[in-house]
Amino acid sequence: MSFDVAAIREQFPILKREIDGNPLVYLDNAATTQKPQCVIDALVDYYTTCNSNVHRGAHRLADEATRRFEAARDIVKEFINAPNREEVIWTTGTTEGINIVANGLRSLLSPGDEVIATGMDHHANLVTWQQACKASGATFKTVPVTDSGELDQDAYSAMLNENTKFVAFSHVSNALGTINPIKEMTAKAKQFGAWVLVDGAQGAAHGWADVQDIGCDFYVFSGHKLYGPMGIGVLWGRESVLENWPVWRTGGEMISTVTLEDATWNVLPYRFEAGTPNVGDAIAMGEAIRWFSSLDQEAVAAHEKALLDHATELAEAFEGLTIVGTAKEKIGVLSFVMDHGHPADIGFLLDRQGIAVRTGDHCAQPLMDRFNVPGTARASFAIYNTLEEVDALFVALKKVRTMLA
Amino acid sequence: MSLPTTEDIVDDLSFFDDWEDKYKYIIDLGKSLPAFDDEWRTPERLVKGCQSSVWIQPGSQQDAVKGEVLTFSVDSDAIIVRGLLGLVLSALNHKTPEEILLFDISAFFESLDLERHLSPTRGNGLRSIVNRIKNIAQSVA
Repeated sequence: MSFDVAAIREQFPILKREIDGNPLVYLDNAATTQKPQCVIDALVDYYTTCNSNVHRGAHRLADEATRRFEAARDIVKEFINAPNREEVIWTTGTTEGINIVANGLRSLLSPGDEVIATGMDHHANLVTWQQACKASGATFKTVPVTDSGELDQDAYSAMLNENTKFVAFSHVSNALGTINPIKEMTAKAKQFGAWVLVDGAQGAAHGWADVQDIGCDFYVFSGHKLYGPMGIGVLWGRESVLENWPVWRTGGEMISTVTLEDATWNVLPYRFEAGTPNVGDAIAMGEAIRWFSSLDQEAVAAHEKALLDHATELAEAFEGLTIVGTAKEKIGVLSFVMDHGHPADIGFLLDRQGIAVRTGDHCAQPLMDRFNVPGTARASFAIYNTLEEVDALFVALKKVRTMLA
Repeated sequence: MSLPTTEDIVDDLSFFDDWEDKYKYIIDLGKSLPAFDDEWRTPERLVKGCQSSVWIQPGSQQDAVKGEVLTFSVDSDAIIVRGLLGLVLSALNHKTPEEILLFDISAFFESLDLERHLSPTRGNGLRSIVNRIKNIAQSVA
């Protein structure tokens, strides 16, 4: 198998759009990726042919919907190499997955316990633990970030001790693109018996989430950053941990028996899936993973690396531009500031030229404070981006620089 | 320094065929706004958008003809937002509370083809500033 970016682009109808007469150059993939036609078709097909409530209907549509829904769970299981399909919980996305875990953790923590998160994390993977500690009286610690945008591993090692109950970090930093050494970090935490959660929102899109290899207890990610639909995501939890984890929402589907006085809970995965699940989006997320996994992963990785290398080279030669986040191991994310021009100005003037980037604090205010910037402009690449689009970014940035000088 | 009037701005911007000239005008307008006093950079005066921040300091003056008029000093860390604030001030600064409440800022931005900057999704704080100015006018009207 080889990698033909033109053929990939053909599968994404939105890439044919124009913005103010310019071809759309979509470089905001860390926020959300676009969807290939097969994913859009999977959604339409579900609603066209077999929409029904799952697990409960005694009719053909319910059978078909249930089969497709559970088949999507199997696709996720394979994708992350989970030992059991029951460990795959459907959520609305990464944020909900983290909150399900944090909700349980809050009642398991007591004063004296310690929780470790990091200074580079998305607010979803920071505030959640910070607040769980506040509510339970546990101590909250954060791993500092180095000048290059990596987690300070010595500081992390020094933070761990017998009181460390829970550790959370991101697979990949959304704001900087840094790939964290999650396997080593997990192993260190496990020496002290802590539970480990990995925020895979940015990592899963690269197909590197092998939960057995990582050794963590929880891995969370979203469909929409993985060429799938919005509003669907996955919480994977180790069965031995998850089966005793306090339940989150109560309601239909998640119960086993109910009397007016009490209730018992259903088995995994259903004990965490109260109410009618998002069947159509789960099926389409399964299709997105199937589609992504069918690509030559080595060629995909090489293409993304070529995009990042080219962008980094142009950025380093660009007068008045400073890259924020220069970790050795990065995904295709180029976060930067310019001498003249606030990130919001840069983002706006790029948009006017058809180039979509994200600007702002990237939901990581402490990280922006760490680098003493109000925010950054961030170009993030996906498999359908081209080297020509990277060139277009820097042509447009020249105009931005002239206008803001 | 006196700001151009809304009529001046509509006239000026109608001359420009391309977007670059139009936004250079807005950037220049931003640069021409009076400096914002550093002492005013406090949390009460801050409207934090997720992309850029805006500060506002309200005041009032006696106008020989109109009586009491409201005045506003504003600032943003983003120059284009500062320019857009210049547009807002051209419409709402040195106006009586009644004039402020009657002025249709959305229609004004639409006439300049800039309405998307007022949309809630831009996260630039501009819409919140307009609301704050209107609320101040409401409270004294």
